Amino acid sequence: MIEIEGLGFQRDGAPVLHDISARIAPFGITAIIGPNGAGKSTLLHCMAGLLSPSSGVVRINGADVHGASPSERARLLSILTQSQPQVPRLSVGDLVAFGRWPHHRGRPRQEDTRIVEEAIARFQLDPLRDTPLDALSGGQRQRAYVAMAWAQSTPYLLLDEPLSALDPRVAKSIMSQLKDMSRNGRGVVIVLHDLQITAQWADAVIALKDGALFAAGAAEATLTDATLSALYDTAISVRPQADGRIAVLT
Amino acid sequence: MARTQLIGLGALLFTLAALFLLWNLRAPVSFILTLRAEKLAALILVGAATGVATTLFQTVAQTRLLTPGIVGFDALFVFLQTALVFTLGGVGYVTLPAFGSFLMEAAILVIAAVTLFGVILRNGASDMVRVVLTGVILGILFRGLAGFMQRILDPSEFAVVQQAMFVSFASVRTDQLAVAGVTLGTCLVAAIRLAPRLDVAALGRDSARSLGLDYDRFVLLVLALVAGLVAVSTALVGPITFLGLLAASLAHAVVRSHRHALLIPASAGIGASILVAGQFVFERVLSMASTLAVLIEFAGGLLFLVLVLRRSR
Repeated sequence: MIEIEGLGFQRDGAPVLHDISARIAPFGITAIIGPNGAGKSTLLHCMAGLLSPSSGVVRINGADVHGASPSERARLLSILTQSQPQVPRLSVGDLVAFGRWPHHRGRPRQEDTRIVEEAIARFQLDPLRDTPLDALSGGQRQRAYVAMAWAQSTPYLLLDEPLSALDPRVAKSIMSQLKDMSRNGRGVVIVLHDLQITAQWADAVIALKDGALFAAGAAEATLTDATLSALYDTAISVRPQADGRIAVLT
Repeated sequence: MARTQLIGLGALLFTLAALFLLWNLRAPVSFILTLRAEKLAALILVGAATGVATTLFQTVAQTRLLTPGIVGFDALFVFLQTALVFTLGGVGYVTLPAFGSFLMEAAILVIAAVTLFGVILRNGASDMVRVVLTGVILGILFRGLAGFMQRILDPSEFAVVQQAMFVSFASVRTDQLAVAGVTLGTCLVAAIRLAPRLDVAALGRDSARSLGLDYDRFVLLVLALVAGLVAVSTALVGPITFLGLLAASLAHAVVRSHRHALLIPASAGIGASILVAGQFVFERVLSMASTLAVLIEFAGGLLFLVLVLRRSR
Protein backbone atom coordinates (compact mmCIF):
# COMPACT_ATOMS: atom_id res chain seq x y z
CA MET A 1 0.00 0.00 0.00
CA ILE A 2 1.25 3.51 -0.87
CA GLU A 3 -0.04 6.04 1.65
CA ILE A 4 0.22 9.73 0.82
CA GLU A 5 -0.60 12.02 3.74
CA GLY A 6 -0.83 15.82 3.56
CA LEU A 7 1.76 16.02 0.77
CA GLY A 8 2.87 19.50 -0.28
CA PHE A 9 5.63 20.62 -2.60
CA GLN A 10 7.00 24.08 -3.40
CA ARG A 11 9.22 25.12 -6.30
CA ASP A 12 11.12 28.40 -5.85
CA GLY A 13 8.72 29.27 -3.03
CA ALA A 14 5.59 28.76 -5.16
CA PRO A 15 3.28 25.91 -4.14
CA VAL A 16 3.00 23.17 -6.78
CA LEU A 17 1.19 20.55 -4.69
CA HIS A 18 -0.87 21.16 -1.57
CA ASP A 19 -2.22 18.85 1.04
CA ILE A 20 -2.63 15.72 -1.07
CA SER A 21 -3.74 12.57 0.71
CA ALA A 22 -4.47 9.31 -1.09
CA ARG A 23 -3.99 5.56 -0.84
CA ILE A 24 -2.82 3.37 -3.69
CA ALA A 25 -3.54 -0.36 -3.66
CA PRO A 26 -0.61 -2.80 -3.93
CA PHE A 27 -2.06 -4.24 -7.16
CA GLY A 28 -3.85 -2.95 -10.25
CA ILE A 29 -3.17 0.12 -12.39
CA THR A 30 -3.65 3.54 -10.77
CA ALA A 31 -3.75 6.41 -13.25
CA ILE A 32 -2.86 9.97 -12.27
CA ILE A 33 -4.80 12.34 -14.53
CA GLY A 34 -5.45 16.06 -14.72
CA PRO A 35 -4.92 19.10 -16.94
CA ASN A 36 -1.45 20.38 -17.90
CA GLY A 37 0.33 21.90 -14.91
CA ALA A 38 -1.88 20.10 -12.37
CA GLY A 39 1.20 18.61 -10.64
CA LYS A 40 0.91 14.99 -11.87
CA SER A 41 4.62 14.46 -12.60
CA THR A 42 5.60 16.34 -9.44
CA LEU A 43 3.39 14.03 -7.37
CA LEU A 44 4.95 10.97 -9.03
CA HIS A 45 8.48 12.31 -8.40
CA CYS A 46 7.59 13.01 -4.75
CA MET A 47 6.21 9.50 -4.40
CA ALA A 48 9.46 8.09 -5.83
CA GLY A 49 11.66 10.16 -3.51
CA LEU A 50 13.20 12.05 -6.46
CA LEU A 51 11.75 15.30 -5.08
CA SER A 52 11.58 16.17 -1.38
CA PRO A 53 8.15 17.39 -0.31
CA SER A 54 7.83 20.58 1.72
CA SER A 55 5.23 18.90 3.92
CA GLY A 56 3.56 15.54 4.40
CA VAL A 57 4.77 12.00 4.07
CA VAL A 58 4.74 9.14 1.55
CA ARG A 59 4.85 5.60 2.94
CA ILE A 60 5.30 2.46 0.92
CA ASN A 61 4.41 -0.72 2.77
CA GLY A 62 4.86 1.27 5.99
CA ALA A 63 8.34 2.66 5.11
CA ASP A 64 8.81 6.43 4.80
CA VAL A 65 10.07 6.93 1.22
CA HIS A 66 12.03 10.08 2.04
CA GLY A 67 13.58 8.60 5.17
CA ALA A 68 14.77 5.49 3.33
CA SER A 69 18.27 5.26 1.84
CA PRO A 70 18.50 5.33 -1.98
CA SER A 71 19.20 1.60 -2.12
CA GLU A 72 16.27 0.77 0.19
CA ARG A 73 14.03 2.95 -1.98
CA ALA A 74 15.21 1.20 -5.14
CA ARG A 75 13.98 -2.09 -3.72
CA LEU A 76 10.55 -0.62 -2.92
CA LEU A 77 9.77 1.05 -6.23
CA SER A 78 11.09 1.63 -9.72
CA ILE A 79 10.30 4.75 -11.71
CA LEU A 80 10.48 5.59 -15.39
CA THR A 81 10.69 9.35 -15.75
CA GLN A 82 10.27 11.33 -18.96
CA SER A 83 14.02 12.05 -19.03
CA GLN A 84 15.25 8.67 -20.12
CA PRO A 85 18.91 7.73 -20.37
CA GLN A 86 20.73 8.59 -23.60
CA VAL A 87 23.96 6.63 -23.31
CA PRO A 88 25.66 6.01 -26.65
CA ARG A 89 26.29 2.32 -27.42
CA LEU A 90 24.19 1.11 -24.48
CA SER A 91 22.54 -2.07 -25.73
CA VAL A 92 19.05 -3.29 -24.85
CA GLY A 93 20.54 -6.25 -22.95
CA ASP A 94 22.76 -3.98 -20.87
CA LEU A 95 19.88 -1.58 -20.15
CA VAL A 96 17.63 -4.38 -18.90
CA ALA A 97 20.52 -5.71 -16.78
CA PHE A 98 20.73 -2.32 -15.01
CA GLY A 99 17.34 -3.20 -13.49
CA ARG A 100 19.09 -5.68 -11.21
CA TRP A 101 21.69 -3.16 -9.99
CA PRO A 102 19.86 -2.31 -6.72
CA HIS A 103 20.08 -5.99 -5.82
CA HIS A 104 23.69 -6.81 -6.76
CA ARG A 105 25.43 -3.35 -6.71
CA GLY A 106 27.81 -4.31 -9.51
CA ARG A 107 28.34 -7.99 -8.69
CA PRO A 108 25.59 -9.89 -10.53
CA ARG A 109 24.70 -13.37 -9.29
CA GLN A 110 23.06 -16.27 -11.11
CA GLU A 111 19.63 -15.16 -9.85
CA ASP A 112 20.14 -11.68 -11.37
CA THR A 113 21.12 -13.14 -14.74
CA ARG A 114 18.04 -15.39 -14.67
CA ILE A 115 15.69 -12.48 -13.98
CA VAL A 116 17.28 -10.36 -16.73
CA GLU A 117 16.83 -13.23 -19.21
CA GLU A 118 13.21 -13.62 -18.09
CA ALA A 119 12.60 -9.88 -18.60
CA ILE A 120 14.13 -10.00 -22.08
CA ALA A 121 11.96 -12.99 -23.00
CA ARG A 122 8.76 -11.59 -21.43
CA PHE A 123 9.04 -8.30 -23.31
CA GLN A 124 10.12 -10.01 -26.57
CA LEU A 125 13.44 -8.20 -26.68
CA ASP A 126 15.64 -11.14 -27.60
CA PRO A 127 16.14 -10.09 -31.26
CA LEU A 128 17.09 -6.59 -30.03
CA ARG A 129 19.39 -7.71 -27.21
CA ASP A 130 22.61 -6.33 -28.77
CA THR A 131 21.00 -3.36 -30.51
CA PRO A 132 22.03 0.08 -29.16
CA LEU A 133 19.13 2.05 -27.67
CA ASP A 134 19.64 4.95 -30.09
CA ALA A 135 18.94 2.58 -33.02
CA LEU A 136 15.48 1.57 -31.69
CA SER A 137 12.07 2.98 -32.52
CA GLY A 138 10.22 4.89 -29.77
CA GLY A 139 8.01 1.88 -28.99
CA GLN A 140 10.90 -0.60 -28.84
CA ARG A 141 12.85 1.75 -26.57
CA GLN A 142 9.89 2.19 -24.24
CA ARG A 143 9.49 -1.61 -24.09
CA ALA A 144 13.18 -1.92 -23.14
CA TYR A 145 12.77 0.64 -20.32
CA VAL A 146 9.68 -1.14 -18.99
CA ALA A 147 11.64 -4.43 -19.10
CA MET A 148 14.40 -2.79 -17.05
CA ALA A 149 11.83 -1.62 -14.50
CA TRP A 150 10.28 -5.10 -14.43
CA ALA A 151 13.70 -6.64 -13.77
CA GLN A 152 14.07 -4.35 -10.75
CA SER A 153 11.46 -6.62 -9.08
CA THR A 154 9.93 -3.92 -6.88
CA PRO A 155 6.42 -4.03 -5.40
CA TYR A 156 5.57 -0.77 -7.24
CA LEU A 157 6.31 0.59 -10.70
CA LEU A 158 5.82 4.31 -11.33
CA LEU A 159 5.70 5.66 -14.90
CA ASP A 160 5.57 9.28 -16.02
CA GLU A 161 3.67 9.59 -19.32
CA PRO A 162 5.24 6.50 -20.91
CA LEU A 163 2.83 6.54 -23.87
CA SER A 164 3.52 10.03 -25.20
CA ALA A 165 4.57 9.93 -28.87
CA LEU A 166 3.63 6.25 -29.23
CA ASP A 167 1.14 5.03 -31.82
CA PRO A 168 -2.05 3.27 -30.55
CA ARG A 169 -0.76 -0.25 -31.35
CA VAL A 170 2.46 0.23 -29.34
CA ALA A 171 0.60 2.04 -26.54
CA LYS A 172 -1.85 -0.87 -26.31
CA SER A 173 0.97 -3.40 -26.22
CA ILE A 174 2.74 -1.55 -23.38
CA MET A 175 -0.48 -1.11 -21.38
CA SER A 176 -1.21 -4.80 -21.86
CA GLN A 177 2.20 -5.69 -20.40
CA LEU A 178 1.66 -3.30 -17.49
CA LYS A 179 -1.77 -4.85 -16.86
CA ASP A 180 -0.15 -8.26 -16.80
CA MET A 181 2.40 -7.02 -14.24
CA SER A 182 -0.35 -5.51 -12.09
CA ARG A 183 -2.22 -8.83 -12.09
CA ASN A 184 0.92 -10.56 -10.88
CA GLY A 185 1.16 -8.64 -7.64
CA ARG A 186 2.83 -5.36 -8.64
CA GLY A 187 1.20 -1.99 -8.21
CA VAL A 188 1.47 0.21 -11.31
CA VAL A 189 1.08 4.00 -10.94
CA ILE A 190 1.03 5.82 -14.24
CA VAL A 191 0.65 9.45 -15.28
CA LEU A 192 -1.66 9.55 -18.29
CA HIS A 193 -3.02 12.27 -20.56
CA ASP A 194 -5.19 10.04 -22.73
CA LEU A 195 -8.57 9.59 -21.04
CA GLN A 196 -9.55 6.81 -23.43
CA ILE A 197 -6.53 4.75 -22.36
CA THR A 198 -7.26 5.62 -18.73
CA ALA A 199 -10.84 4.40 -19.09
CA GLN A 200 -9.73 1.23 -20.82
CA TRP A 201 -6.87 0.14 -18.55
CA ALA A 202 -6.95 1.88 -15.15
CA ASP A 203 -8.42 0.23 -12.07
CA ALA A 204 -8.18 3.37 -9.93
CA VAL A 205 -7.78 7.06 -10.69
CA ILE A 206 -6.22 10.01 -8.86
CA ALA A 207 -7.33 13.30 -10.44
CA LEU A 208 -5.34 16.47 -9.74
CA LYS A 209 -6.27 20.05 -10.51
CA ASP A 210 -4.17 23.15 -9.69
CA GLY A 211 -1.88 21.09 -7.47
CA ALA A 212 -4.68 19.74 -5.28
CA LEU A 213 -6.52 16.45 -5.14
CA PHE A 214 -9.70 16.80 -7.21
CA ALA A 215 -11.00 13.24 -7.04
CA ALA A 216 -9.75 9.74 -6.22
CA GLY A 217 -11.23 6.27 -6.27
CA ALA A 218 -12.15 3.35 -8.48
CA ALA A 219 -12.00 4.17 -12.21
CA GLU A 220 -15.72 3.61 -12.83
CA ALA A 221 -16.65 5.89 -9.93
CA THR A 222 -14.19 8.66 -10.85
CA LEU A 223 -14.48 8.77 -14.63
CA THR A 224 -17.92 10.39 -14.84
CA ASP A 225 -19.31 13.17 -17.04
CA ALA A 226 -19.49 15.58 -14.12
CA THR A 227 -16.04 14.87 -12.65
CA LEU A 228 -14.15 14.93 -15.96
CA SER A 229 -15.97 18.03 -17.25
CA ALA A 230 -15.21 19.91 -14.04
CA LEU A 231 -11.61 18.60 -13.98
CA TYR A 232 -10.76 19.79 -17.49
CA ASP A 233 -13.19 22.76 -17.62
CA THR A 234 -14.73 21.44 -20.83
CA ALA A 235 -17.69 19.22 -21.70
CA ILE A 236 -16.67 15.55 -21.53
CA SER A 237 -19.07 12.63 -21.58
CA VAL A 238 -18.57 8.95 -20.94
CA ARG A 239 -20.50 6.01 -22.40
CA PRO A 240 -20.66 2.48 -21.01
CA GLN A 241 -19.39 -0.26 -23.34
CA ALA A 242 -20.30 -3.91 -23.75
CA ASP A 243 -17.16 -5.12 -21.88
CA GLY A 244 -18.13 -3.15 -18.79
CA ARG A 245 -15.49 -0.45 -19.46
CA ILE A 246 -16.40 3.06 -20.53
CA ALA A 247 -15.61 5.14 -23.59
CA VAL A 248 -14.73 8.80 -23.08
CA LEU A 249 -16.07 11.28 -25.61
CA THR A 250 -14.46 14.72 -25.66
CA MET B 1 36.46 -7.72 -28.21
CA ALA B 2 37.00 -4.59 -26.09
CA ARG B 3 39.51 -6.49 -23.96
CA THR B 4 41.54 -7.19 -27.12
CA GLN B 5 41.57 -3.45 -27.83
CA LEU B 6 42.83 -2.81 -24.29
CA ILE B 7 45.64 -5.34 -24.72
CA GLY B 8 46.49 -3.67 -28.05
CA LEU B 9 46.60 -0.27 -26.32
CA GLY B 10 48.89 -1.67 -23.62
CA ALA B 11 51.21 -3.13 -26.29
CA LEU B 12 51.24 0.20 -28.16
CA LEU B 13 52.17 2.13 -25.03
CA PHE B 14 54.88 -0.41 -24.17
CA THR B 15 56.37 -0.13 -27.68
CA LEU B 16 56.29 3.67 -27.60
CA ALA B 17 57.89 3.69 -24.14
CA ALA B 18 60.67 1.36 -25.34
CA LEU B 19 61.27 3.58 -28.39
CA PHE B 20 61.35 6.69 -26.21
CA LEU B 21 63.90 5.11 -23.86
CA LEU B 22 66.17 3.31 -26.30
CA TRP B 23 66.09 5.28 -29.58
CA ASN B 24 69.51 6.63 -30.47
CA LEU B 25 70.89 5.79 -27.01
CA ARG B 26 74.52 6.88 -26.58
CA ALA B 27 77.04 7.02 -23.74
CA PRO B 28 76.78 7.80 -20.87
CA VAL B 29 73.98 5.25 -21.12
CA SER B 30 72.89 5.09 -17.47
CA PHE B 31 72.76 8.90 -17.11
CA ILE B 32 70.71 9.36 -20.31
CA LEU B 33 68.48 6.40 -19.45
CA THR B 34 67.72 7.90 -16.02
CA LEU B 35 66.85 11.26 -17.55
CA ARG B 36 64.65 9.67 -20.20
CA ALA B 37 62.98 7.33 -17.69
CA GLU B 38 62.03 10.28 -15.46
CA LYS B 39 60.58 12.17 -18.39
CA LEU B 40 58.81 9.05 -19.68
CA ALA B 41 57.26 8.45 -16.26
CA ALA B 42 56.02 12.06 -16.14
CA LEU B 43 54.55 11.84 -19.66
CA ILE B 44 52.74 8.60 -18.83
CA LEU B 45 51.44 10.03 -15.53
CA VAL B 46 50.21 13.26 -17.15
CA GLY B 47 48.62 11.48 -20.13
CA ALA B 48 46.89 8.87 -17.99
CA ALA B 49 45.72 11.38 -15.37
CA THR B 50 44.33 13.77 -17.98
CA GLY B 51 42.57 11.02 -19.95
CA VAL B 52 40.95 9.47 -16.87
CA ALA B 53 40.00 12.86 -15.37
CA THR B 54 38.18 13.81 -18.58
CA THR B 55 36.36 10.47 -18.85
CA LEU B 56 35.16 10.75 -15.24
CA PHE B 57 34.18 14.41 -15.65
CA GLN B 58 32.25 13.73 -18.87
CA THR B 59 30.28 10.99 -17.11
CA VAL B 60 29.07 13.19 -14.26
CA ALA B 61 28.58 16.21 -16.55
CA GLN B 62 26.54 13.99 -18.92
CA THR B 63 28.32 15.26 -22.03
CA ARG B 64 31.25 14.25 -24.22
CA LEU B 65 32.01 17.91 -24.98
CA LEU B 66 33.51 19.05 -21.71
CA THR B 67 36.88 18.61 -20.10
CA PRO B 68 37.89 19.74 -16.62
CA GLY B 69 40.14 22.29 -18.39
CA ILE B 70 37.31 23.87 -20.39
CA VAL B 71 35.33 24.57 -17.22
CA GLY B 72 38.30 26.05 -15.38
CA PHE B 73 39.78 23.23 -13.23
CA ASP B 74 43.38 23.89 -14.25
CA ALA B 75 42.88 27.68 -14.18
CA LEU B 76 41.92 27.14 -10.55
CA PHE B 77 45.14 25.20 -9.99
CA VAL B 78 47.28 27.96 -11.56
CA PHE B 79 45.43 30.52 -9.42
CA LEU B 80 46.20 28.49 -6.29
CA GLN B 81 49.90 28.22 -7.21
CA THR B 82 50.10 31.95 -7.95
CA ALA B 83 48.37 32.71 -4.65
CA LEU B 84 50.93 30.53 -2.85
CA VAL B 85 53.87 32.39 -4.44
CA PHE B 86 52.10 35.68 -3.73
CA THR B 87 51.61 34.89 -0.05
CA LEU B 88 54.76 32.85 0.73
CA GLY B 89 57.13 34.67 -1.64
CA GLY B 90 59.25 33.03 -4.36
CA VAL B 91 61.84 31.66 -1.92
CA GLY B 92 59.19 30.41 0.47
CA TYR B 93 57.39 28.66 -2.38
CA VAL B 94 60.41 26.89 -3.92
CA THR B 95 61.71 25.80 -0.52
CA LEU B 96 58.41 24.07 0.26
CA PRO B 97 58.98 20.31 0.28
CA ALA B 98 57.69 18.90 -3.06
CA PHE B 99 55.58 16.33 -1.28
CA GLY B 100 54.03 18.75 1.19
CA SER B 101 53.33 21.53 -1.30
CA PHE B 102 51.79 19.11 -3.81
CA LEU B 103 49.55 17.58 -1.18
CA MET B 104 48.50 21.01 0.08
CA GLU B 105 47.75 22.33 -3.43
CA ALA B 106 45.92 19.13 -4.35
CA ALA B 107 43.87 19.29 -1.14
CA ILE B 108 42.90 22.93 -1.73
CA LEU B 109 42.03 22.12 -5.36
CA VAL B 110 39.89 19.16 -4.30
CA ILE B 111 37.96 21.23 -1.75
CA ALA B 112 37.52 24.21 -4.10
CA ALA B 113 36.55 22.07 -7.10
CA VAL B 114 34.08 19.97 -5.12
CA THR B 115 32.49 23.10 -3.67
CA LEU B 116 32.27 25.02 -6.96
CA PHE B 117 31.46 22.27 -9.42
CA GLY B 118 29.39 20.33 -6.92
CA VAL B 119 27.00 23.27 -6.84
CA ILE B 120 27.01 23.64 -10.63
CA LEU B 121 26.44 19.93 -11.26
CA ARG B 122 24.03 19.39 -8.38
CA ASN B 123 21.02 18.91 -10.62
CA GLY B 124 22.75 16.46 -12.88
CA ALA B 125 23.93 19.20 -15.21
CA SER B 126 20.44 19.33 -16.69
CA ASP B 127 21.20 22.78 -18.08
CA MET B 128 24.45 22.21 -19.93
CA VAL B 129 24.69 25.77 -21.25
CA ARG B 130 24.64 27.00 -17.64
CA VAL B 131 27.39 24.56 -16.64
CA VAL B 132 29.66 25.50 -19.54
CA LEU B 133 29.12 29.22 -19.17
CA THR B 134 29.61 29.15 -15.40
CA GLY B 135 32.77 27.06 -15.82
CA VAL B 136 34.16 29.34 -18.53
CA ILE B 137 33.39 32.44 -16.44
CA LEU B 138 34.99 30.87 -13.36
CA GLY B 139 38.04 30.00 -15.49
CA ILE B 140 38.27 33.63 -16.64
CA LEU B 141 37.88 34.80 -13.04
CA PHE B 142 40.70 32.54 -11.79
CA ARG B 143 42.97 33.51 -14.71
CA GLY B 144 42.17 37.17 -14.11
CA LEU B 145 42.92 36.93 -10.39
CA ALA B 146 46.13 34.99 -11.08
CA GLY B 147 47.09 37.59 -13.74
CA PHE B 148 46.46 40.42 -11.30
CA MET B 149 48.69 38.86 -8.65
CA GLN B 150 51.40 38.13 -11.27
CA ARG B 151 51.44 41.81 -12.30
CA ILE B 152 52.24 42.96 -8.81
CA LEU B 153 54.77 40.19 -8.12
CA ASP B 154 58.49 40.74 -7.95
CA PRO B 155 60.10 39.68 -11.35
CA SER B 156 62.03 36.86 -9.66
CA GLU B 157 58.85 35.58 -8.04
CA PHE B 158 57.02 35.94 -11.36
CA ALA B 159 59.63 33.60 -12.92
CA VAL B 160 58.65 30.98 -10.33
CA VAL B 161 54.96 31.33 -11.22
CA GLN B 162 55.77 31.28 -14.94
CA GLN B 163 57.15 27.76 -14.62
CA ALA B 164 53.75 26.61 -13.35
CA MET B 165 51.77 28.58 -15.93
CA PHE B 166 53.18 27.41 -19.24
CA VAL B 167 52.86 23.87 -20.50
CA SER B 168 56.22 22.27 -21.09
CA PHE B 169 56.74 18.61 -21.87
CA ALA B 170 60.46 19.25 -22.46
CA SER B 171 61.11 20.28 -18.85
CA VAL B 172 58.76 18.25 -16.68
CA ARG B 173 58.97 18.91 -12.96
CA THR B 174 60.38 15.56 -11.93
CA ASP B 175 60.76 16.54 -8.26
CA GLN B 176 57.07 15.82 -7.80
CA LEU B 177 57.15 12.56 -9.73
CA ALA B 178 56.89 10.20 -6.75
CA VAL B 179 53.97 11.95 -5.09
CA ALA B 180 52.24 12.39 -8.45
CA GLY B 181 52.69 8.67 -9.12
CA VAL B 182 51.19 7.73 -5.75
CA THR B 183 48.27 10.15 -6.26
CA LEU B 184 47.58 8.90 -9.78
CA GLY B 185 47.82 5.27 -8.66
CA THR B 186 45.36 5.89 -5.81
CA CYS B 187 42.94 7.79 -8.07
CA LEU B 188 43.14 5.11 -10.79
CA VAL B 189 42.42 2.29 -8.34
CA ALA B 190 39.53 4.31 -6.89
CA ALA B 191 38.17 5.07 -10.38
CA ILE B 192 38.30 1.39 -11.39
CA ARG B 193 36.53 0.41 -8.16
CA LEU B 194 33.85 3.03 -8.90
CA ALA B 195 33.40 1.76 -12.49
CA PRO B 196 30.08 -0.10 -11.90
CA ARG B 197 28.65 2.97 -10.14
CA LEU B 198 29.94 5.23 -12.92
CA ASP B 199 28.03 3.06 -15.41
CA VAL B 200 24.86 3.71 -13.41
CA ALA B 201 25.62 7.44 -13.01
CA ALA B 202 26.00 7.70 -16.81
CA LEU B 203 22.26 6.91 -17.09
CA GLY B 204 21.50 10.36 -15.66
CA ARG B 205 20.45 11.66 -12.25
CA ASP B 206 16.84 10.42 -12.20
CA SER B 207 17.59 6.94 -13.54
CA ALA B 208 20.65 6.53 -11.31
CA ARG B 209 18.68 7.56 -8.21
CA SER B 210 15.84 5.26 -9.23
CA LEU B 211 18.38 2.43 -9.29
CA GLY B 212 19.50 3.25 -5.74
CA LEU B 213 22.65 5.30 -6.36
CA ASP B 214 23.22 8.17 -3.92
CA TYR B 215 23.83 10.35 -6.98
CA ASP B 216 24.65 13.74 -5.46
CA ARG B 217 27.19 12.35 -3.01
CA PHE B 218 28.68 10.15 -5.75
CA VAL B 219 29.14 13.17 -8.07
CA LEU B 220 31.08 14.96 -5.32
CA LEU B 221 33.30 11.90 -4.85
CA VAL B 222 34.00 11.74 -8.61
CA LEU B 223 34.74 15.48 -8.71
CA ALA B 224 37.24 15.02 -5.87
CA LEU B 225 38.97 12.31 -7.94
CA VAL B 226 38.95 14.57 -11.02
CA ALA B 227 40.51 17.38 -8.99
CA GLY B 228 43.22 15.01 -7.70
CA LEU B 229 44.01 13.87 -11.24
CA VAL B 230 44.07 17.45 -12.59
CA ALA B 231 46.46 18.34 -9.74
CA VAL B 232 48.81 15.55 -10.88
CA SER B 233 49.01 16.68 -14.50
CA THR B 234 49.08 20.43 -13.82
CA ALA B 235 51.77 20.06 -11.16
CA LEU B 236 54.04 18.15 -13.56
CA VAL B 237 53.67 20.01 -16.88
CA GLY B 238 51.24 22.91 -16.44
CA PRO B 239 47.66 23.35 -17.63
CA ILE B 240 46.62 21.54 -20.84
CA THR B 241 43.05 22.00 -21.94
CA PHE B 242 42.38 19.62 -24.81
CA LEU B 243 44.54 16.50 -24.26
CA GLY B 244 41.80 14.94 -22.16
CA LEU B 245 39.19 15.56 -24.85
CA LEU B 246 41.40 13.74 -27.39
CA ALA B 247 42.07 10.82 -25.02
CA ALA B 248 38.46 10.38 -23.84
CA SER B 249 36.99 10.68 -27.37
CA LEU B 250 39.50 8.17 -28.77
CA ALA B 251 38.81 5.82 -25.82
CA HIS B 252 35.08 5.81 -26.65
CA ALA B 253 35.88 5.21 -30.33
CA VAL B 254 38.34 2.37 -29.59
CA VAL B 255 36.49 0.33 -26.93
CA ARG B 256 32.99 1.09 -28.31
CA SER B 257 31.37 0.37 -24.95
CA HIS B 258 29.60 2.30 -22.20
CA ARG B 259 31.41 0.31 -19.50
CA HIS B 260 33.82 2.37 -17.40
CA ALA B 261 35.83 -0.72 -16.43
CA LEU B 262 37.02 -0.56 -20.06
CA LEU B 263 36.83 3.20 -20.71
CA ILE B 264 39.03 4.18 -17.73
CA PRO B 265 42.08 2.05 -18.64
CA ALA B 266 41.57 2.89 -22.34
CA SER B 267 41.54 6.66 -21.75
CA ALA B 268 44.60 6.32 -19.47
CA GLY B 269 46.48 4.29 -22.10
CA ILE B 270 45.50 6.58 -24.98
CA GLY B 271 46.35 9.78 -23.07
CA ALA B 272 49.77 8.37 -22.16
CA SER B 273 50.39 7.07 -25.72
CA ILE B 274 49.56 10.47 -27.28
CA LEU B 275 52.07 12.24 -25.05
CA VAL B 276 54.86 9.65 -25.34
CA ALA B 277 54.46 9.38 -29.13
CA GLY B 278 54.19 13.15 -29.57
CA GLN B 279 57.18 13.95 -27.37
CA PHE B 280 59.22 11.21 -29.09
CA VAL B 281 58.50 12.67 -32.53
CA PHE B 282 59.12 16.29 -31.50
CA GLU B 283 62.23 15.57 -29.43
CA ARG B 284 63.98 12.87 -31.44
CA VAL B 285 62.70 13.20 -35.03
CA LEU B 286 61.94 16.93 -35.39
CA SER B 287 64.74 17.95 -32.99
CA MET B 288 62.40 20.20 -30.96
CA ALA B 289 61.45 22.23 -34.09
CA SER B 290 58.05 22.87 -32.51
CA THR B 291 56.28 22.18 -29.24
CA LEU B 292 53.99 19.27 -28.51
CA ALA B 293 51.63 21.37 -26.37
CA VAL B 294 50.76 23.58 -29.36
CA LEU B 295 49.93 20.57 -31.53
CA ILE B 296 47.83 18.91 -28.81
CA GLU B 297 45.85 22.08 -28.16
CA PHE B 298 45.38 22.58 -31.92
CA ALA B 299 44.20 18.99 -32.56
CA GLY B 300 42.07 18.95 -29.39
CA GLY B 301 40.54 22.32 -30.25
CA LEU B 302 39.62 21.07 -33.73
CA LEU B 303 38.05 17.94 -32.23
CA PHE B 304 36.08 20.13 -29.80
CA LEU B 305 34.71 22.18 -32.72
CA VAL B 306 33.83 19.01 -34.66
CA LEU B 307 31.98 17.60 -31.63
CA VAL B 308 30.09 20.88 -31.06
CA LEU B 309 29.12 21.18 -34.74
CA ARG B 310 28.06 17.53 -34.98
CA ARG B 311 25.95 17.94 -31.84
CA SER B 312 24.24 21.10 -33.08
CA ARG B 313 23.04 19.38 -36.29
